[in-house]
Amino acid sequence: MTMKLKKLSKTSRRNYLTYALVILAFVLLQILSGTGSISSSLKGMLVPICAYVVMAISLNLTVGVLGELSLGHAGFMSMGAFTGTAAAIALQNVIPIAPLRLAVAMAIGAAFAALAGFLIGIPVLRLKGDYLAIVTLAFGEIIKSIFNNLYVGMDSEGLHFSLLSDNTNLLDGGKLIIGGPMGIGGIQKISTFAAGFILVMLTLMIVFNLVNSRAGRAIMAVRDNRIAAESIGVNITKYKMMAFVTSAALAGAAGSLFAMNYSTIVANKFDFNTSILVLVFVVLGGLGNMLGSIVAAAALTILPEALRQFSDYRMLVYAIVLILVMLATNNPTLRSYLDRAKAAVTGKGRKKEAV
Amino acid sequence: MKKKLISLMLAFAMALSLAACGSDSGSTSAPADSGDTADKSATDAAVFKLGGTGPLTGGAAIYGTAAKNGAQIAVDEINASDSTIKFELKYEDDTHDAEKAVNAYNALKDWGMQISLGSVTSKPCEATSAETYADRIFALTPSASSTATTEGKDNMFQMCFMDPNQGSASAQYIADKALGTKIAIIWKNDDVYSKGIHDTFVEKAAELNLAVVSDTTFADGNDTDFSVQLADAQTNGADLVFLPMYYQPASLIFAQANSMGYAPTWFGVDGMDGILTMEGFDSSLAEGVMLLTPFNADATDEKTAAFVAEYQNRFGEVPNQFAADAYDCVYAYKQALEAAGATPDMSAEELCDLMIEQFTSMTFDGLTGAGMTWDASGAVSKSPKGMVIENGGYVGLD
Repeated sequence: MTMKLKKLSKTSRRNYLTYALVILAFVLLQILSGTGSISSSLKGMLVPICAYVVMAISLNLTVGVLGELSLGHAGFMSMGAFTGTAAAIALQNVIPIAPLRLAVAMAIGAAFAALAGFLIGIPVLRLKGDYLAIVTLAFGEIIKSIFNNLYVGMDSEGLHFSLLSDNTNLLDGGKLIIGGPMGIGGIQKISTFAAGFILVMLTLMIVFNLVNSRAGRAIMAVRDNRIAAESIGVNITKYKMMAFVTSAALAGAAGSLFAMNYSTIVANKFDFNTSILVLVFVVLGGLGNMLGSIVAAAALTILPEALRQFSDYRMLVYAIVLILVMLATNNPTLRSYLDRAKAAVTGKGRKKEAV
Repeated sequence: MKKKLISLMLAFAMALSLAACGSDSGSTSAPADSGDTADKSATDAAVFKLGGTGPLTGGAAIYGTAAKNGAQIAVDEINASDSTIKFELKYEDDTHDAEKAVNAYNALKDWGMQISLGSVTSKPCEATSAETYADRIFALTPSASSTATTEGKDNMFQMCFMDPNQGSASAQYIADKALGTKIAIIWKNDDVYSKGIHDTFVEKAAELNLAVVSDTTFADGNDTDFSVQLADAQTNGADLVFLPMYYQPASLIFAQANSMGYAPTWFGVDGMDGILTMEGFDSSLAEGVMLLTPFNADATDEKTAAFVAEYQNRFGEVPNQFAADAYDCVYAYKQALEAAGATPDMSAEELCDLMIEQFTSMTFDGLTGAGMTWDASGAVSKSPKGMVIENGGYVGLD
């Protein structure tokens, strides 16, 4: 076993470690909640944590691996949340089994978000750096405005759509699914921690396999030096689009999971602040570091709740802790200590590799 | 570099010790932030644990804080009296967000909440009411007014009017008193509260033959410049502008209308309450604004006067409708618990059944209305009062 592990490359070892830690965390939390020894506060946060973890990993694909700053990631989450939840409500009678309905809803949410990612990708990926960041920011705002003005109803004749005001004219027994600024109400809570865990594992598999493939190396080549990559015949648009659409689809699935954990969802929830929040997870966890994203997303979701005893000063303390953590993780002295500690743990033979 | 590292570690240690202090006071004496009740509940173990969530920080903080303060006054009064029912109150911050509200609700559940004050604002309350319904904890919200809050939940009750009722009551009031002939509406089209009132207002106005000549909107993010909406109202000759919104955008509308020399009759709803206590707002701009609200801080009856005096004494401002609603909630609970013969050792589920029975059958007199009753859907029935702002204070109309 150890021989086998040693033969694996450094990245594969790291990937397996990530899988193992996620599974371990899931099993541990399942046991704890089975014996009733975790608080309702933490229990209530498990599904949102899973959703934020998937958001962070998927954004890390765009920011860390593709190297493009996206400020509109919440837009994809919103797309997935609204389409996925609307699908779940529309399919309520067709698919009575809740977990299956959730899976279908997440797939639909992911598909719509991927479509949005593709459409927005066409103009956006022609841009670079700051320009791209600003356009993604605008995209997030556009999605928010659309869902704030979209009305979708369903009756015996099928689905009805209208914009700006409610002109769906539903028949008797019909139901307004998306109510403009009211968002979606009366959602059945079918998201579970197990579903969240499966989504996180699936996301990790997709991202790790993509990054470790031929396509993944091409994506990173585009990030590291666009001109050099182009000169050796890498199709820049194709690989940029591949990373961007994958990232959008995963965010869409996360959005569906998130929305179906609450009885109500509004478009304003997925605003600029949410995009930035996810970006903070990614930056704090380290660009390109998926395990870091997972830990940062979980920790920063729990932190504001753990700070409730500070009442009004809660967000102030949160900000101070955030600054301290950012300083600490970027401190070169502390980093070299950590690296040395890591080397000591993994054995002297691989010391050079760890650096 | 060493120095930097040491200072960083010291900062960490400080933050940690700070956190430790906080958790100490949090766990050993739970009601640390409910102030005056702490010493009372320590001596008397048999108290009902009453919890609620509301925006104590952020843009809507004025409502959450007012509700919390109002409820606190009621709890302190009851605990100081010889009543057998005693309360312990805890409010958690939800920053007017559904996700945070559920987190706050779960934190209250961990604290051991037996009966709930729901959430202060509509959308968060919709989320927490689904939780209280699933957990069988009875909830009475002071101010979450959307219909979806109570819809389909047998243990969720409201102390305030529902949004649709506010819209139709406003239209009725305007028609009855002949306050205007040509009406303009400016509303926020991405806000549940604003939309709910707007829709029923327009419906009722059509029924009463009120002419709506201008119907314009704004949304989150473009809520600072109202020149287009105001110009539309002015060119269409509106003599009354209906503002179903919270006080913050309304304050800007007043300022901008003033600078363009447009002076129609302004008519607001209960969200307008609080505009006079807003920091940095020239309250002379709000002179003559009419609003429909169930609570009047200028009322001369003994109960209201005592509450207003106590609130001013403690928090240094005139209480708004949210504070009065929350105050009433606590007293309604007291009356219901007394009538049901409930004891603090009962579980939340037992209390829930008793409260549903009491609230659907009792009649309650409070600050925000006399002879209030509730139907099985959870909606309250009470009559609104028209108010006008005069000399920087609210004065009852008619």
